[in-house]
Amino acid sequence: MELFSFWSLWIIVITVGLMIGLVVLVQATRNMNTGKEDSELMGHEFDGIEEYNNPLPKWWLWLFFGTIIFGFVYILQYPLGGWKGIWGWTSINQLEEEQAAHAEIYGEIFERYAEMPVEALLNEPQALAMGGQIFENNCAICHGKNAQGASDGLYGYPNLTDNDWLYGEVVDANGNVTRTLPESIKLTLIYGIRAQEAPAEIGGYPQMAAYQEQYGEIAINQLAHYVASLSGAEHDAELAGLGESIYQNGVCAACHGKEGKGGFGIPNLTDDIWLYREADATLIENIRFTLRHGRAGVMPAWQEILGDEKIHLLTAYVYSLSQEQQP
Amino acid sequence: MSHSNASALEHPTYDYDVVRKFTIATVIWGIVGMAVGVLIAAYLTWPELNMVLGNAMNAFIGDSIGVDFRQFFHFGRLRPLHTNAVIFAFGGSALMATSFYVVQRTSQVRLAFAPLVPFVFWGWQLVILSAVITLPMGWTSSKEYAELEWPIDILITFVWVAYIAVFVGTIRRRKTKHIYVGNWFYLAFMIVIAILHLVNNAEIPVTIGKSYSAYAGTVDAMVQWWYGHNAVGFLLTAGFLGMMYYFVPKQAERPIYSYRLSIVHFWALISVYMWAGGHHLHYSTLPDWAQNAGMVMSLILLAPSWGGMINGMMTLSGAWHKLRTDPILRFLVVSLSFYGMSTFEGPMMSIKTVNALSHNTDWTIGHVHSGALGWVAMITIGSLYHMIPRLWGREAMWSTKLINVHFWLATVGTVFYIVAMWVNGIMQGLMWRAVSADGTLAYSFVQAVDRSFFGYALRTLGGAIFLVGMGLMAYNFWRTVKEPVTSEASANAAA
Repeated sequence: MELFSFWSLWIIVITVGLMIGLVVLVQATRNMNTGKEDSELMGHEFDGIEEYNNPLPKWWLWLFFGTIIFGFVYILQYPLGGWKGIWGWTSINQLEEEQAAHAEIYGEIFERYAEMPVEALLNEPQALAMGGQIFENNCAICHGKNAQGASDGLYGYPNLTDNDWLYGEVVDANGNVTRTLPESIKLTLIYGIRAQEAPAEIGGYPQMAAYQEQYGEIAINQLAHYVASLSGAEHDAELAGLGESIYQNGVCAACHGKEGKGGFGIPNLTDDIWLYREADATLIENIRFTLRHGRAGVMPAWQEILGDEKIHLLTAYVYSLSQEQQP
Repeated sequence: MSHSNASALEHPTYDYDVVRKFTIATVIWGIVGMAVGVLIAAYLTWPELNMVLGNAMNAFIGDSIGVDFRQFFHFGRLRPLHTNAVIFAFGGSALMATSFYVVQRTSQVRLAFAPLVPFVFWGWQLVILSAVITLPMGWTSSKEYAELEWPIDILITFVWVAYIAVFVGTIRRRKTKHIYVGNWFYLAFMIVIAILHLVNNAEIPVTIGKSYSAYAGTVDAMVQWWYGHNAVGFLLTAGFLGMMYYFVPKQAERPIYSYRLSIVHFWALISVYMWAGGHHLHYSTLPDWAQNAGMVMSLILLAPSWGGMINGMMTLSGAWHKLRTDPILRFLVVSLSFYGMSTFEGPMMSIKTVNALSHNTDWTIGHVHSGALGWVAMITIGSLYHMIPRLWGREAMWSTKLINVHFWLATVGTVFYIVAMWVNGIMQGLMWRAVSADGTLAYSFVQAVDRSFFGYALRTLGGAIFLVGMGLMAYNFWRTVKEPVTSEASANAAA
């Protein structure tokens, strides 16, 4: 806003005008001729209530004028309308100054760890403690204080301690590792899961469609029994048999694979690890629910919030949760 | 000025019927609103309780009719019910009761527009009833203290216009030369609440129970807090100052300390309050200048606010000895002390560096309740104890002792509440910003919640103590009305 633009002047004139008006009001009332001496009654009477013509208390006047003077001094220094204030202060530059002051004191620690590979940080107790603190303040609200997510009863939030990864290591057709586990963890932290358009680096976020319409309840029940059978859970063999043919001939196998072992971003159905498992319903019922309604869980992207250095420490901490500590 | 109905009698017959009804409503809604407050305070202390009522209702009826009652009883649905019930049902009824009482007695005439008067009462009760139903159902415009949806907003508008018409009409036919200072404050409260209500509730209806704000983003936030802060300023401050200006001098039987002070603090208060809302949005997307203007005006507001406290307190000079024997006067004086304290605390909290610590902590809730319990509720209670015997033609309340017990319960309850929230709030603010030697935050959010447990429990206790006092008041009220008339004063005579 330009200082001499309409709205700027509108704001300044009205604000300052009110403050001056208050002084005028006080002075006018002090000098008001009520026709009575100080401490005399005014002569009005309302339902028996009378009023003294006492003067304004001195200390109160000074308090009032004092706050108005403070107001003028403050406005001279800080923005009002298009007036920038004599120090050029803004809340943005205050934030930047505070962040710079913080970096001045603590920056070295973060920088030192930022230069070390994630694997090496497993031997740095301080780095892991810092990552743990960042985890508690940002991640624990979903994944839980122990980072055990669904295993701790936190429905829909992955357990980060069991070394079973939906978005883990990536291996190409020749068996070469094209993305290590720490790299994957870091990408997940940076971009989140389905928090935004899938970046090219990730390759895409698969999601499970809702099959209620397409298959109907009977087929969904058969499929649920088959899926339960894959991990050796309790199931009805006859229904599972019927479900198998739907699974293998339909779209299920296309993503989860013939054996149900899944892949990057696609759950393994054979390992008895369940992300969506409500304790007060049977496993079959849980699976039916997922089949009916589909799944597309979301994790927020943390790059903007935490920045490179903290994400690096957090990566190390999350990685450490499922890895044996290096000797 | 004189109306054709104005009788030649020196003391006209006042319309106390509506005042009596609003007085009863004030006590009932006070108990309801504060009971919900104690309940949700318990929820915050023991979160498992959120489901207890709902589960019980499910077992009782919900499961058999296929409705999950848990949705109606959890914190998110009941919190707006608490705030609306205590501000608009309890506070609103108290203001309507006393303003109709005060305007008649200080103008020496009956209420104007007699056919509108029952509409004001029953219309307002209908508004409250709608809130009691729709808020637990989840109907909300999501604007704090303006959650009620558009059909109810329209009803409020009609009732409010009728209320203003009756009040202004009564002032216009007054037999006194001047308008009494208490009525200035009541009138300012009515007019500003009308403006706030219309501007902040500008919304686009989608269905009968859902609308969207006409404003977007930061503008919406600024309009909301312009509304929110002035609801505090005009309903909970100016309106109750109107009450103070009548009941303090009446109960103390002393003249108002300074006519000139009342003029200057009235005009200063109503002109400056309008600007202060920006302090609710410190360090937000609100432009820096608007935050600064909000802070500066909040500080300037200190003296105008204190003007009312001084005028009330100094009115007692020469009558201080009455405090020893008169618990009603004690209610009024202590309410002025809490008023002075919270109108000092408010400007301090609006200073940006203080706000950086206090914002989003329990300190804010403590501040609100030192005003709501200490000032608004206590001045109301004192005024009601003054008014009830006169409305029902009794010499005094049934039990002065019980008023005294109520006084101590209310005071102790308020102190417990606000001390718990101060300690919690400052602790939370300090824990949230504490940094370890390695540069990470020293505490997680949940650790601050964990440490707040004792404060939450104490707050619940304080609120419960205050609520017990309200129960005593209801009992004392009932006994007063039920006892046979002991004086010759008829209910309608001007005492």
